[in-house]
Amino acid sequence: MSAFLAFFATLFTSPFFSTDFGIVILDLLKTLALLIPLLIGVAYLTWFERKVMGAIQLRKGPNVVGPFGLLQPFADALKMLFKETVTPQGADKVLFVLAPMLTFGLAIAAWAVIPVNNGWGIANINVGILYLFAISSLGVYGIIIAGWASNSKYAFLGALRSAAQMVSYEVSMGFVIVTVLVMVGSLNLNDIVLAQTHLWFAVPLFPLFIIFFISGLAETNRAPFDLAEGESEIVAGFFVEYSAMSFALFFLGEYANMILISGMTTVLFLGGWLPVLGLSFIPGPLWFIAKVVFCLFVFIWVRATLPRFRYDQLMALGWKVFLPISMAYLVVVAGVLEYFGWLPHA
Amino acid sequence: MIVQLVFALVSLVLLASAVTVVSARNPVHAVLFLILAFVSASVLFLLAGAEFLAFILAIVYVGAVAVLFLFVVMMLDVDFAALKEGFQRYAPVGALVGVVLFGELGLVALTWHSVAGAQAAIAYPMPAGTTNAVALGSLLYTSYLPLFQLSGVILLVAMIGAIVLTHRDRPRAKRQSLGRQHARQPDNTLHLVKAELGAGAAIPAAKTQKETL
Repeated sequence: MSAFLAFFATLFTSPFFSTDFGIVILDLLKTLALLIPLLIGVAYLTWFERKVMGAIQLRKGPNVVGPFGLLQPFADALKMLFKETVTPQGADKVLFVLAPMLTFGLAIAAWAVIPVNNGWGIANINVGILYLFAISSLGVYGIIIAGWASNSKYAFLGALRSAAQMVSYEVSMGFVIVTVLVMVGSLNLNDIVLAQTHLWFAVPLFPLFIIFFISGLAETNRAPFDLAEGESEIVAGFFVEYSAMSFALFFLGEYANMILISGMTTVLFLGGWLPVLGLSFIPGPLWFIAKVVFCLFVFIWVRATLPRFRYDQLMALGWKVFLPISMAYLVVVAGVLEYFGWLPHA
Repeated sequence: MIVQLVFALVSLVLLASAVTVVSARNPVHAVLFLILAFVSASVLFLLAGAEFLAFILAIVYVGAVAVLFLFVVMMLDVDFAALKEGFQRYAPVGALVGVVLFGELGLVALTWHSVAGAQAAIAYPMPAGTTNAVALGSLLYTSYLPLFQLSGVILLVAMIGAIVLTHRDRPRAKRQSLGRQHARQPDNTLHLVKAELGAGAAIPAAKTQKETL
């Protein structure tokens, strides 16, 4: 095993990997090393959700295809691949095809900056958190373009609902992120995790942690904020008209976004790759994955437990509850840090 | 070398999409090209090393402003025939305005010169050991604090103005008060009566809203 590792160590420190071409190859390898586990994770999240919801509702969940239903995601993917792609009459064809690609692509692109271990992010950039925020605010376009390009009333209504909802919840999410930044003194995600070595931010910023997670539910259009889909009123919302692979891309995009929001929560509040109780013999990436899976479990738990919000309640919660609390908490945190001289000086 | 190539490519995309914003027939496509222009401008900032500005541009313009644009444009029911109706009548005036604007642009372009030493200031490199965000912040919150605060106040006034313009007071609308709902107890609304067989039960007088809450 150690000889194996030593071989790779000498391989990747060879002079070839510091030439321009070598750097590109190395970056591609890094991307693949993140992307493949991520895509498998997305596929198995669908299985995990059905299993957990089955357990909560006293059912078995998928258990026929493969042992414990483990091959179910692949069976679903194959089914989607072989279905016919239907484009509705009067649809804007280019935008109709572009929208699901945009949704899925953005959900994947955001992972470029998330550090899975100390310094393991593909791009360790100084403004990492801004990059994440920018990418997640672009996510609206996939939905709103899909709703408009479908040339369908239900799709358009769903898209409008979802766009208004995402824009509203981004505001309080932004204030939560700013509060974390004030405590860290850096926009770099690696620094944000390292600043939590002694105390996870979930403890001093507990209310904001909750607000961030709930805003994440709204941001990903998950239950209890899945009004954009609203089966009972607007059929399936913005993706009514989608079928086959373009539908699958939306579906996978939603799950990829869930993993992304869980990853953001882990990095910002749950100490990223840092071990719990000093159990440092377990490697960092495993801790990261464990925390992400915990957040995902809560996502699913919420979906299986809570009924859907009414639209005015959703807006009232975002603007009249979360926004004032997060703004006030920011002022209080900044004041406390200033008074005790705890402000980080970059 | 690669950076220059990317810069040229992105600039081309920026210019092309800016032209398409004006020339696109479908207003929704025009807004989408406007968004593409914003994104390419933000990439240009990135290539110039201004990463903070790049992402702020993406977050504010692409993530918030353009979404609202798109929202409004999608909701509009644009009637192209009606739009083209007055074309002949207004064309001379429009052309005149265009000529004047281009004339002004030409004058500016011909007489344009930069202050001596400006070029040297532009090329001033980032001081080592600071990041974009730190450098900008330390300037904005020291030398330019009054201006920065002033722009904040202007935005606040604009926001209040927008609310005043669009706010409609609807006194007859039914509103849900969460506090009142949470204060409701079973005793306020429910009254159990043990009815005697054959005699029925007297219905107690309903409590008024004020009594119950």
